[in-house]
Amino acid sequence: MKRMPGRWLPAYAALYIAFLYLPVLFLPIFSINTAPTPQFPLSGYTLRWYEELPRNAALIDAARNSLLVGVAAALLSTLLGICAARAITRYRFPGRRPINGLIMAPLVLPEIILAVSLLLVLLRLGLDLSLFTIVLGHVLICLPYSMSVLTSGFEGFDRSLEEASADLGETAFGTFRRVTLPMVTPAIISSLLVCFTISLDDFIIAFFLGGTQATLPIYIWGQLRFAAKLPGVLALGTLLLVGSFLLLTLAEMIRRRAEQRVQSAGVTLA
Amino acid sequence: MIDIRNVGRSYGAFRALDDVSLSIKEGEFFSLLGPSGCGKTTLLRMIGGLDTPTSGSIFLDGQSMDGIPANRRPTNMVFQSYAIFPHLNVEQNVAYGLKRLRLGAEEEKRRVEEALSMVSLSGLGRRGANELSGGQRQRVALARALVMRPKVLLLDEPLSALDKKLREQMQVELRRLQQAVGITFVLVTHDQYEALAMSDRIAVMFGGGIAQVAAPKEIYQRPVNRQVADFLGGMNFVKAEVVDETGVSIVVDTEGFGRVTTERPQGLVRKGLHATVGIRPERLRVLWDGATAQHEVAGTVIERHYFGEITHLVVDVPGMEKPLSVTETNDFGADDLPIGATIRLAYDPDALVAMAD
Repeated sequence: MKRMPGRWLPAYAALYIAFLYLPVLFLPIFSINTAPTPQFPLSGYTLRWYEELPRNAALIDAARNSLLVGVAAALLSTLLGICAARAITRYRFPGRRPINGLIMAPLVLPEIILAVSLLLVLLRLGLDLSLFTIVLGHVLICLPYSMSVLTSGFEGFDRSLEEASADLGETAFGTFRRVTLPMVTPAIISSLLVCFTISLDDFIIAFFLGGTQATLPIYIWGQLRFAAKLPGVLALGTLLLVGSFLLLTLAEMIRRRAEQRVQSAGVTLA
Repeated sequence: MIDIRNVGRSYGAFRALDDVSLSIKEGEFFSLLGPSGCGKTTLLRMIGGLDTPTSGSIFLDGQSMDGIPANRRPTNMVFQSYAIFPHLNVEQNVAYGLKRLRLGAEEEKRRVEEALSMVSLSGLGRRGANELSGGQRQRVALARALVMRPKVLLLDEPLSALDKKLREQMQVELRRLQQAVGITFVLVTHDQYEALAMSDRIAVMFGGGIAQVAAPKEIYQRPVNRQVADFLGGMNFVKAEVVDETGVSIVVDTEGFGRVTTERPQGLVRKGLHATVGIRPERLRVLWDGATAQHEVAGTVIERHYFGEITHLVVDVPGMEKPLSVTETNDFGADDLPIGATIRLAYDPDALVAMAD
């Protein structure tokens, strides 16, 4: 017999969802309002704020910076993630668990603490703050996500596939290229997308380690001081929101499809 | 061909293999038979270079394989899970190892075709790895290994994932294939019938060591100890006492079968010591009506189990501690024997095998 959930449970769930997503919904709504102040009722509909976005040089600069940092951070953390995930899943060595724990730790450390300590170290090392230092910080916070996506990718396929490749005469590197890589490619793409999204959305690290070059979140934060710029920020925010959502959905779709492929390959169909 | 010399393998304190020595001849179909955890798969993987001995050495064609990795050994393996590359189709799977040999497109294609026809998969080259049945996957794994023309083909429980009928069909096919290509096959299995049906010789393994190496018939009829006898199928064990011994034979006084002369078994056998005498259930034959035999024992049927073509009888014999198991074909009505009937069983004293206690 199916048990009915309590009477209050659905109401609670609805409230919870509303609290989470309603504010986010206001963003696109006010971004097409003709009046610059966000308030109901809407005075009219316009796409003016969106049209003005590309004419803003500072914004274009910030977007370009974000793109650069995002791509670099995604590539770097995925590359490191591949090495780490492979080592963690394929080899048994002393300190395997602690190392795994340390790589995953930035997930739970307060980001502001990370940012401040990174700032101290970087300045001590005599590095000038720039987009490069942001990339370093972003790699640190992206790596745990990259690791968890990639670890499940590496764990998801039969180890004897690699053994079969070696048995058929292939070298360790050749095996990695011809068997391991194709098997984990979906996880790699997924990791790239997730890392890019995280980097794109990050404010704290970019704020502390950014020097004079602003990324998109820093630019948005700067614009909030001017009431007149608000509609532009809302339009930009909407675009970022949709972009992030699409990227993460794509990443998840790729991951699931890959999982299915690898799993059905493992099943013996008699 | 393959020389395994004093090979051992430890995992921490656990000894998976303990000082194993074994010689496998060229062109032989050799089976490593034993229960799970006996070390047979470890030994097979060591021959292929996928595992390393902690002591001892393995020689292939007189060459030490110490430090030579799997990709540089003239061996190929059919994995238990088949390990078919899921992102490649059948053709690409089979051609996988050939790619490194740079044979040229023509020759490569020819060899792939040849290998596929060898395992009756011609025409399925374009199939994806996920579109294959269990039997087909097994054939692809075979073709992929054979196409490399290895000196030794290693098979790790290749038939265990197939259903009974397909398994029996593949046993015959594998044997035929081995005779056709003439490559040395080393098979790992826990199925005694599989080993008996396919092998030239069998090594029976227990607890990281080899108990007996011999041809199937010898292993089945002359097991060296109770453990081997038991693993190879049903066996009646009867208590006995050694009353005389010569160099090659011994005389034992047995429960129920009286005094018999048998081949001298391995191990400690001396006048006055206890021993065990075994006889397979099918070597005991029910005597119908007035038939007589030179050697017979009489007993009472206490259980009867019907198996279609045969009936399994349990017969209590006076003077024997345990009842005898008898398998009898159903031509003369063994399936109708009433419980409690008194029957006489004929046996050939040569079918009795003595084992040290």
